Amino acid sequence: MRRIISVLLENEAGALSRVAGLFSARGYNIESLTVAPTDDPSLSRMTIVTRGTDAIIEQITKQLNKLVDVVKLIDLTEGAHIERELMLVKVTVTASNSEQREEVARLIGIFRGRIIDVTELTYTLEMTGSTSKADAFLDALSQVEIIEVVRSGVSGIGRGKRALKA
Amino acid sequence: MTITGADILVRCLQDEGIEHIFGYPGGAALHIYDAIYKQDQVKHILVRHEQGATHAADGYARSTGKPGVVLVTSGPGVTNTITGIATAYMDSIPMVVICGQVPSGLIGDDAFQEVDTVGITRPCVKHNFLVKDVNDIASTMKKAFHIAMSGRPGPVVVDVPKDITAEQTEYSYPDSVSMRSYQPNTKGNPKQITKGVDLLLSAKKPIIYTGGGVVIGNASEQLRELVSLLKYPSTSTLMGLGAIPASDPDFLGMLGMHGTYEANMAMHDCDVMIAIGARFDDRVTGDLEKFSPDTRIVQIDIDPSSIGKNVKVEVPIVGDCAEVLAAMSKELAGRLDEIDRPAINQWWNLVSEWRSIDSLAYNPSDDVIKPQFVVEKALELTNGNAYITSDVGQHQMWAAQYYTFENPRRWINSGGLGTMGFGLPAAIGVQLAHPDETVVCITGDASIIMCIQELSTCLQYGLPIKVLNLNNRYMGMVRQWQEFFYDRRYSHSYMDALPDFVSLAESFGHVGMRVEKPQDVEVALKEAFEMKDRLVFIDVMTDHTENVYPMIAAGKGHNEMVLKPGCGKDQQERELA
Repeated sequence: MRRIISVLLENEAGALSRVAGLFSARGYNIESLTVAPTDDPSLSRMTIVTRGTDAIIEQITKQLNKLVDVVKLIDLTEGAHIERELMLVKVTVTASNSEQREEVARLIGIFRGRIIDVTELTYTLEMTGSTSKADAFLDALSQVEIIEVVRSGVSGIGRGKRALKA
Repeated sequence: MTITGADILVRCLQDEGIEHIFGYPGGAALHIYDAIYKQDQVKHILVRHEQGATHAADGYARSTGKPGVVLVTSGPGVTNTITGIATAYMDSIPMVVICGQVPSGLIGDDAFQEVDTVGITRPCVKHNFLVKDVNDIASTMKKAFHIAMSGRPGPVVVDVPKDITAEQTEYSYPDSVSMRSYQPNTKGNPKQITKGVDLLLSAKKPIIYTGGGVVIGNASEQLRELVSLLKYPSTSTLMGLGAIPASDPDFLGMLGMHGTYEANMAMHDCDVMIAIGARFDDRVTGDLEKFSPDTRIVQIDIDPSSIGKNVKVEVPIVGDCAEVLAAMSKELAGRLDEIDRPAINQWWNLVSEWRSIDSLAYNPSDDVIKPQFVVEKALELTNGNAYITSDVGQHQMWAAQYYTFENPRRWINSGGLGTMGFGLPAAIGVQLAHPDETVVCITGDASIIMCIQELSTCLQYGLPIKVLNLNNRYMGMVRQWQEFFYDRRYSHSYMDALPDFVSLAESFGHVGMRVEKPQDVEVALKEAFEMKDRLVFIDVMTDHTENVYPMIAAGKGHNEMVLKPGCGKDQQERELA
């Protein structure tokens, strides 16, 4: 099943390649991976979305913990959590087709996104939400010609007091 | 006072108590070699190929428990070490490999002898470092040794650009190291230990299954205590041989693909298993679907990722084998009356029946030299006290089966990676660490060729290794598989155009001997072992048709062993099983 693993690791050159290398070497699946420094610049936080049986997920967390650069990790999907990804979508909507422009504007409103760039021929849309919400938004745009889609991959955080700190 | 980065590297080695390092110079490492030249505390052993340096450091580490240290140059110097680093990684051997690198400013430019050392070694090291500042050398070296030696040990690479070795700074070696991201747990959880003891005491058909972790973790003494308390049947992997004395009546011999009948049958039929420093490798378990169907498992390992990786474990205990075993024995000692002795005795009766098959019996011959006989003679003539290194293949299995080890760290072989060419350079490290002991490299005609150049190193340092070449003119294990599974199509497993090993050894400045008749084996070995100050290469022409038995073929279970054809009562006994 789908899991979201959050990892705190030393913000050092090569740390990302150790994680990526581990996944490819052991044949684990990566659906998405995001990484950036935290409020403590010596630490990076990585969110990995992966799939596997319980046994595989157990191995993934153990193998990640074994990496010398990994400080701590949690499987967010084991408890209440929030996941978000940022999606940018560029669609073809010509200025002359006001009906289509209104429809896209209405859709982005429903999904609580924004239009962040407008040209004669295109809209560029921004939306944040869970992966399934982003998928649903793309489905909703099926009547429009999509030029390109950029997704950030998932970032996640535990609900309430649940936290991952060094 | 400031000193150069190169001098700092060498001072670190001195302060770490390193006596020997194994290496080969080159452009990017020249400053470091100059620093080596200016002192005599750390002795550098010049090998003939960087692979040899890593295996020698590995043999040194395995036989002493101290870290092995390697020094090589950039580019090909590094790529040549990969096999040796991967060998050490698979068997959890502590090693620090210092690599010269092209100057910082040239990194990424495809400079002469440049390779991405950190990238190319990453999948086969415990950790690696690229030092970017001369002020970081000492702390990096401290971390490197700490990581290599602690937790589940392994190789650590330190890559140092040439300019960094020329820059100067003050030197001080840290007394201790603390890393927030690396804190291995050595003490087992007391509740888990009690659960493990409960399960062990409830057993009716138990087995103690031990591995290389017991040897590496210096837990042999604690293991022996546990076995003497429980008196349960015990077996060991290839890597763990010697942790329990082979002569201990509770010891059933090695298990796995070429393990004994009694060890494998007991693994299959047991109801409780305690795995100690062993990782359920595929060569041990056979087909996992058929592996020990009715057992409940306690597993002790310092590496949490080794627990429950291949088989389900009921009581996982993460910790250092020695500490956990000591705690277990302490608790067991007061509860021994809980053992169901009648059930255990019944279990022992069954195990003894399996044992009576004598699955390691072989057919002696007066005409042709049986390889098993050669190993038995070597055992006899060295009183079982030699350090034995081996390469990989049939000779390795025969050495493991017939040279019965009474003590740990005496059996030095590449178990995980299965590296041909390991034996001779490993013997260099062992002999340097134990100058007055007998070191025998049991090898084969295919393996020995892979690092034969190290005979030259042996001459330079006067290492009186005994190379026992079981020469069957084949890659024996490949030939065996082709005989069994490929309808005797011996594709490229015949060693055509072999050298004359006697004159080869002599041309390297050593003593060469050839033995062609069974009657001459003892005399020749005796003569060789008596030459205390010479390397003797004993080329023994063995029966090329001999196979290693018993055998669990790929995809088979522990109870589906193939025994030697005509081996005593195999048919009848298998029915009994």
